[in-house]
Amino acid sequence: MSVLAIINTQNGFATKSGLESASYAAGLAAQIGTDAVSIVAGPLSGTEAIGAAGIARILHHEAAVQDSGQWAKLASAAADSAGATHVVCGHDHFGRAVAPRVAVRLNAGLVAGVTQLPEGSTVRKNVFSGKAMADVVVTTEKAVYTVTPNAFGIATDESKATVEAFSADIGAARETVAAFEPASGDGQVPLPEAELVVSAGRGLKGPENWGIVEELATALRATTACSRPVSDIGWRPHHEHVGQTGITIRPNLYIAAGISGAIQHLAGVNQSKTIVVINTDPEAPFFKAADYGIVGDAFEVLPKLTAAVHALDS
Amino acid sequence: MKLLVCISQAPDTTSRIAFTNDDREFDSNGVQYIVNPYDEWYALVRAIELKEQQGGSVTTITVGGAQCDPTIRKSLAIGADDAVRIDSEPTDAMQVARLIAEYADGKGYDIIFCGKETIDHNGAVVPAMLAEMLDCGFVANATQLDVNGAEATVAREAAGGEEKVTVTLPLVLSAAKGMAEQRIPNMRGIMSARTKPLAVESASAEGGSRIERFALPPEKGACKIIDAENAAELIRLLREEAKVI
Ligand SMILES: Cc1cc2nc3c(=O)[nH]c(=O)nc-3n(C[C@H](O)[C@H](O)[C@H](O)COP(=O)(O)OP(=O)(O)OC[C@H]3O[C@@H](n4cnc5c(N)ncnc54)[C@H](O)[C@@H]3O)c2cc1C
Repeated sequence: MSVLAIINTQNGFATKSGLESASYAAGLAAQIGTDAVSIVAGPLSGTEAIGAAGIARILHHEAAVQDSGQWAKLASAAADSAGATHVVCGHDHFGRAVAPRVAVRLNAGLVAGVTQLPEGSTVRKNVFSGKAMADVVVTTEKAVYTVTPNAFGIATDESKATVEAFSADIGAARETVAAFEPASGDGQVPLPEAELVVSAGRGLKGPENWGIVEELATALRATTACSRPVSDIGWRPHHEHVGQTGITIRPNLYIAAGISGAIQHLAGVNQSKTIVVINTDPEAPFFKAADYGIVGDAFEVLPKLTAAVHALDS
Repeated sequence: MKLLVCISQAPDTTSRIAFTNDDREFDSNGVQYIVNPYDEWYALVRAIELKEQQGGSVTTITVGGAQCDPTIRKSLAIGADDAVRIDSEPTDAMQVARLIAEYADGKGYDIIFCGKETIDHNGAVVPAMLAEMLDCGFVANATQLDVNGAEATVAREAAGGEEKVTVTLPLVLSAAKGMAEQRIPNMRGIMSARTKPLAVESASAEGGSRIERFALPPEKGACKIIDAENAAELIRLLREEAKVI
C-alpha cells in the first residue's frame, strides 16, 4: 500500500503545485499509516525539496514526458508498482490533463480541486466557483485527488527521499510542443500560484493608467490581475482575467482597485485570505466581501500605498 | 469534419447558491439555467466556425434529464446541426465521461470539444477522461485551434504563459477564453432550432464518487475602513495584523 504523488517539474525542480501534491500525499499517507511515493519524469535535481515535503521514494523516469496520454500510462504503471491506493496531483494545467486519464486507467473515483485532507473516503472541495463547498465520497477502491493551488501548505521536514529508476511502456506521443510564449509581466509568479495579487477594473478608466497598478504590484512582488470587462476590451491580457469565467485564485492578499465586486468577479476571488478594496463608491458591493477598505480614488490611493510599501522596506 | 460538442447546463452566474434536503441537494428553486459559458462561448462557437470554414457537421451531446432541453435548443439556435441527450441524472464526472465516450466510440468524430470546466462543479475533468476512454490526444484549456488535414495546431494555457502544440486527430480538447467570440443567436437560428433533431437515448454507467453534503463558506467579518488620507495605515495593518506582506 502507498500514496502516489504525480509531480511535475520545471528545469529539474518540482513545481509549486507538485510540492503541494507531495505534502498532501505525505499527510494522507501518515493518516492511513503508509508511505508516500512519487513519480517524476525528466531531468531531476530538486530531490531535497520533494523529500522535505514528505515523499519517501521517488520513482524516476529518465526521459521527460509531455503528452498527457503518455503521462497517464507512466503514472498508472507507477501506481500499480507502488501498490498505491490513492493518487494525488495538482489541480493545475498539468494535473487537469493527466489526473483524469489516470483515474480512468485505475478505475478510480476522482475528486478534483480538494482543499483539505480526506476523512476516510470523504473529502472537501470547492464548488460553484468558490461560492460553496462540497463533501465528496469516493465509491471505488482507489481514489485520485487533485489539490487546489494555494490551499495546502508545503511541508519542509528533515526527511529525505530515495531515488529509484523507473520505466514503463508509455506508447507513442500524440502531441509535440512547438513553442512556449511566456505571459507578459515577466518575472511575475503565475496568477493561479500567486500569494499576493493586485487587481484593477473599469474604474481605472483606460489601459494607459495601469502604471500605478503595476508599480504597487512590483513593490509588493505581487502578480497583476483584472476584471472581465477590462480583458474583454483589450486593456489587459486574457490571462489576467479572474472570476467565475476567468481564473479562480486564492492568494493570501487580493487588492482590488476600481472593481465593483459583481457576483461573478467575487466567485473567482472570495477564497483569498485577505481582501482589500479601493473604490470611490462607498456602496460598491465589493466592500461586503472585503477585510479592509478604502473609500477613495484609486489614482490617489494606489501611489500612496506604493510609497508606504517602499517606506516599510527601507 | 465531424465535430461533437459536449454541452452542459449550469445555474445562471447570478444565482443565489443555497441547499435543501439537509444540505444534500442544490436548491434549484427559482434558479435559471444557462448553457455552461465555456461550452457555449468557446467550444460550440469554434466548432461552428470550423464547420463554416471546412464543411462537416456539428452535433452537441448532453447528459441529463428533459430539463436540459431548453439549453440544448439554445445551442442549436447558435448553429449546431443536431443534438443528442443521454437521458440520465449523473452523480459524477466519471459517469458523464463514460456515457459520452460510449456514445461517441466508433462514430468517427474528428474533434470532441468541451468547455474548460463547468461553473457549478468546477471539476475540469470530463474532457481528459473522455480522451483516455477514447484513446486519443488531448489539449486542456485551448485558446486557439487550427486544423490541417489529420493534424491540429492548438495554443493552450500553460504555467506562466501559453504553449503551441501540434496534435494528431482524433482529438479531445477543452476550450478556454480566446478560442472564439460569443455568438448571440438570431431569429432565424431560434426558429430553425425548434425543428432540428434532438435525439434522446437511454444509457447507464458507473461513477466513482458522489456528493455527500454541501456547505456555505463562513461569513466574512465586517470590513475595516481606513481613511483615504492615511493609506500607509493599511500597509501597516497588512503587515502587522493580517500578516500577509
Ligand atoms: C455570465 C457572466 C460571467 C461573468 N464572469 C465574470 C468574471 O469571471 N470576472 C469578472 O470580473 N466579471 C465577470 N462578469 C462581469 C461582471 O458581472 C461585472 O460586469 C464586472 O465584474 C464588472 O467589472 P468592473 O468591476 O471592472 O467594472 P464596473 O462594474 O464598471 O465597476 C467599476 C468600479 O470602479 C469604481 N470606480 C470608478 N472610478 C474609480 C476610481 N477613480 N477609483 C476607484 N474606484 C473607481 C466604481 O465605483 C465601480 O465600482 C460576468 C458576467 C456574466 C453575465
